[in-house]
Amino acid sequence: MLILECPYCGVKAEETELAAGGEAHLKRFGPGSSDDEFHDYLFMRENPKGVHFERWRHANGCGKWFHAARCTMTLEVFGTYTAQTSVPTQEIIDKIAAKRPGWTWREFADEK
Amino acid sequence: MSKAVSVLNGAQYTGLAKVEDAGLQGMITLRGDLGSSALKAAVKAATGAEVPGQGSVNVAENGAVAWMSTDELLLLVPYEDAVAKTAEVAEALKGEHALAVNVSDARAFFRLSGEGAREVLGKVSPVDFDEAAFKAGQFRRSRLAQVAGAFWLNEDGSFYIVCFRSVGEYVFKLLSTAAHPQSKVGVY
Repeated sequence: MLILECPYCGVKAEETELAAGGEAHLKRFGPGSSDDEFHDYLFMRENPKGVHFERWRHANGCGKWFHAARCTMTLEVFGTYTAQTSVPTQEIIDKIAAKRPGWTWREFADEK
Repeated sequence: MSKAVSVLNGAQYTGLAKVEDAGLQGMITLRGDLGSSALKAAVKAATGAEVPGQGSVNVAENGAVAWMSTDELLLLVPYEDAVAKTAEVAEALKGEHALAVNVSDARAFFRLSGEGAREVLGKVSPVDFDEAAFKAGQFRRSRLAQVAGAFWLNEDGSFYIVCFRSVGEYVFKLLSTAAHPQSKVGVY
């Protein structure tokens, strides 16, 4: 059972109270972009064994979207953070680095 | 106008706990900046209660205010006053980025009381109802089996439950089944 803490209402919500929203931090390329870029935006998804970033919605609750960073292998949750960001917050990056040194995910990685 | 009745018109069931249709209740959904002083004043004027903190409810003599999310409140007022109070709140918040809507007839309102109240609600909701975890004055939006619902705990150990009126009958039957006298689990 996955338990995520909603950063908006502070509730430790378990999976059935939440709705999964797929991969986080997708970048949609604007006017002038190539077909390949649009194709990748639509279809190409990460399927990592380890650190992963996702969007979740506290559907049976405050109704807000938020981001979560977790490990797909151990189901360990590194943390949840605001939806109003296009990159993981520094706090989350540091938390993951402390537990999974050398992690990478798309363009994000352990900075050390 | 036709006579307004609550979803189950005062139905009751007594088992492990007492489940009752709590009757008509005026409810106003208010969205806006909860930190704004104009909004705080309007809420106080409409309900007599202060804007509550995260995950809690403030009850006053003739009304209550519940924290629904970072930008939403649920105002509880007497049913007869809901239309007038909604207009008052809207008037007081003119120019603010806020919206008040009278949702009284879109909601059902239940009261769950008695010794088994925590247990009955615990059976249908993924929330920790331990006495140390869920205290009086706490307000929680969650789900009741398959539908969305919200509830808070009163000082006397009873819960008030709010859900959509369209699923009111479902929630009443759900709580009644969970309160069946021979279904005690004894967790809380």
